[in-house]
Amino acid sequence: MGTLTLFSIRPRSAADARLGSTVDRFARRVEALPPGICPVAAQAALLRAGAAQTCGKCVPCRDGLPRLAAEVDEIVACTADAGALERCRALAEMIRDTSDCAIGYEAAAAFLEGLDQFTDEFSAHIDQHRCTEGIGQSVPCETLCPAHVNAPGYIALVAEGKYADAVNMVRKDNPFPTACAFVCEHPCEERCRRILLDAPINIRGIKRFAVDNAPADTVATPPRSVDTARTVAIIGGGPSGLTCAYFCALMGHRVTVFEARAQLGGMMRYGIPAYRFPRERLDEDIRGILEAGTITIRCGEEVDAVRMREIADTYHAVYVAIGAQKGKTLDMPGADAEGVMSAVDMLGRIGDGDYPDFTGKDVAVVGGGNVAMDCARTAVRAGAKTVSVAYRRRKEDMTALPTEVEAAIAEGVEMMVLQAPSSIEVDDEGRCRALICQPQHIGPVKRGRPAPVAADKPPVRMPADVVLIAVGQDIDAAPFEACGMTTTWGRLDADDRLHAASGPRNVFVGGDCQTGPATVIKAIAAGKVAARNIDAFLGYNHKVACEVEAPAPHANDRTPYGRVELIERPARERRADFEDVELGMSLEEARQECGRCLRCDHFGAGATERGRQQYA
Amino acid sequence: MHNIAINGEPVIAREGATILEAARKVGVRIPTLCFLKERSGVASCRVCVVEVEGEPYPVPACATPVRDGMEITTDSPKLAAYRKMALELILSSKGAALASLACEEGAEATELSKLCCELGVQVPADVDGTDALPVVEGNPFLSYDPNLCIECQRCVGACNAAARNHSLQSRMRGSHVLIDAPFGADWRATDCESCGNCAQACPTGALSLKSRRRSEAPVETPAGVQDAEARFVRTTCPHCGVGCQLELEVRDGRIVGARGAQGASNRSLLCVKGRSASYDFVSSPDRLTSPLVRSPETGELEPATWDEALDVVASRFTALRDECGGESIAAFACSRSTNEDVYLFQKMARTALRSNNIDSCARV
Repeated sequence: MGTLTLFSIRPRSAADARLGSTVDRFARRVEALPPGICPVAAQAALLRAGAAQTCGKCVPCRDGLPRLAAEVDEIVACTADAGALERCRALAEMIRDTSDCAIGYEAAAAFLEGLDQFTDEFSAHIDQHRCTEGIGQSVPCETLCPAHVNAPGYIALVAEGKYADAVNMVRKDNPFPTACAFVCEHPCEERCRRILLDAPINIRGIKRFAVDNAPADTVATPPRSVDTARTVAIIGGGPSGLTCAYFCALMGHRVTVFEARAQLGGMMRYGIPAYRFPRERLDEDIRGILEAGTITIRCGEEVDAVRMREIADTYHAVYVAIGAQKGKTLDMPGADAEGVMSAVDMLGRIGDGDYPDFTGKDVAVVGGGNVAMDCARTAVRAGAKTVSVAYRRRKEDMTALPTEVEAAIAEGVEMMVLQAPSSIEVDDEGRCRALICQPQHIGPVKRGRPAPVAADKPPVRMPADVVLIAVGQDIDAAPFEACGMTTTWGRLDADDRLHAASGPRNVFVGGDCQTGPATVIKAIAAGKVAARNIDAFLGYNHKVACEVEAPAPHANDRTPYGRVELIERPARERRADFEDVELGMSLEEARQECGRCLRCDHFGAGATERGRQQYA
Repeated sequence: MHNIAINGEPVIAREGATILEAARKVGVRIPTLCFLKERSGVASCRVCVVEVEGEPYPVPACATPVRDGMEITTDSPKLAAYRKMALELILSSKGAALASLACEEGAEATELSKLCCELGVQVPADVDGTDALPVVEGNPFLSYDPNLCIECQRCVGACNAAARNHSLQSRMRGSHVLIDAPFGADWRATDCESCGNCAQACPTGALSLKSRRRSEAPVETPAGVQDAEARFVRTTCPHCGVGCQLELEVRDGRIVGARGAQGASNRSLLCVKGRSASYDFVSSPDRLTSPLVRSPETGELEPATWDEALDVVASRFTALRDECGGESIAAFACSRSTNEDVYLFQKMARTALRSNNIDSCARV
């Protein structure tokens, strides 16, 4: 003021540069939001964060947000009166509608969305002066694992070098420790409390270290209960069916698994390529499961409507876990040309050793999910000259795991993003010549995802001798519908205890055929739940023995570390074979990674009565 | 020119005009609070929000330029509710003193009070803040009571954009904005010229002129004069030749304040002299109220009529001029004269006194 102002490269607020680490911590605090937190409390915290960002210029944001946050605090504290919700809504609408910038209007919009999304929770706070049933924190990894595997427990066992015990700790809730060590999407890591300090624990990597050191088929399963002489039929020998078989067998029931294909494993054998999950490693899990008790395997037996009726009449209980085996097709000109095939068909044939030969061919893959990546990387290994993935959204919108996309690119797969396949060019002999795509540009967000819009650009021609369609899978539910079981959007209906909604009353349903195509761990979780409920349906209440205990915890190591990531074999080497691409941790890496675990099973909410998600 | 519609009525608006400007031009009232023409238009109070056909959310009329074909609604139940809520938030942002402005009525009511009356806003029930912030009043002319401040930024615009003094700033500190008014004990060390344009811009009385305190006790009024409301009498500031226009606030026959008026040279601005020292002398007991002529007999100044006094002055100057020549006379004009007065004065000196010896102490 009054003096000559010289320009400076320094920010006006000297604190800005130093705020970087605070921002990072703030983000990690949000990312680690503990599962089970009261949504109203989370809304209040979000509002406070919004109010803290106001510059102070405008009334709705500057005075409105703190006022709204104070009202919501009262709701959180269950001291608000009956009119509080309407007052909050009116104020939030005013802030959303009259704020000058996004700091104000987005904060209010987020609150209004929360108000609608969590109506039951807000009302419970006001009417019953309490949270709804189920609200309350529990161990993050264990809670978010669909099978509620005791992750802190087996991490601590691995830290102590007790790998076999770690395998059995996993098995208590999941008989596929090896499968999940290789291909699990690890939802357990999503809100790992370690994020507060540095990064989530590499839980999958630690499990891989355990099964590498104690292969599942060398670790004895826990003792089974006495024979009940009850029979359980399981339709489908995939992760869900075999999990159900394992627990039913441990409970003493006599299990028969009907599998249409030649071998057990379902999509783990007939969908996931061997370079991601070597077959011999899958067999370790399966051998472990089959040792659990009386399990009769009947492979190559497809269950049709007649057979299903017989089974339902013969067995005391039935678990239908047929998965989603039918590849979806694209309805476009030329889709029936020679060379066009469904992803699941190709991967399925590979499961029984029938590898394709794409030597010298141009291969195009349609889709952006994990199956599309599996196809593309398989095509590379099958000798293809070029492999392109055509996807109508952007790379960041692909539903495939980012690591899968990266690995495919490293192996030479070209990601043709923002390309919507419109037709297939066919030569005179009916063979596929090229995939024709309409370029897209990314548009507004619809249902939570940015939607592509046709771009004002000419069509793109991708030479292709082979087109692999990987745009999702359907469920072949017809035989079961014929038995009176109902479906919604092609999925078999069941209640939340997995009891089939209709049809024979001793039938349970779970896994992909009930949820639509999902993940291995979700299928496993369903198999476990089905086994428990079948046990109860049969009139029992078996406890599955677990003869392992989690070691006593050490004090938290608060030193921030980098997260140990599993590395892969060099792309130029691995692209030529179907061997495992990923390399496990070394002992020192595993020890450091295990040492980062904060043992939320002992510290914090995990030590309280309702802090665990464990079955007895 | 843009063809727009305001409340269904076709209006032709200047290109680049705001919705508020276009509405005011055709006499449509849109309530405003933080907006002050030629001072501040930061669109912070959101009281002037209006609805525009096709826009999902209301927009501030003061800061939104018109577009051709725009269809504007200036009043609706929703807008009325939003305006009330904005005022209620403002009223309850501090303690009881600010909240109580909602119920003030009458001649001395602040702009905020009048707006609350217009929009039917009551004193908010649940004001729990206390008037805890210390009043800043080291400056002899101006004071700042942060407990009444609504951070509308009008004073900031007045001091910076309009007066270009850059001595009063707002501290943008999130929910805890404060005006840095340079009126503390160290006021002499600041660049503040005590012009008071900030106080004139203030809609709540947080910034106020000490010479014109709202709570002043009633003064003795000249007999027979009783004003129900203050009258504002437009005049030219007598302090220098710039010719600033001001309005003297007259109550019960007595000048109680001055405020800048829209004039070609001052655009409603005033300096410290014009605002705080341009009227006190009017009612000074030392003030001469009739001409005085020194009596040759007694040697004392004695009251005379204007004619008598002017006759003495005219005859003596005529005699001196005829006797000694015009060059013997010099004419010196007081700086507290308007340009027009000084012009006439030099004209008189040249034509009547026949002298070119002319000067003035006006050095502003």
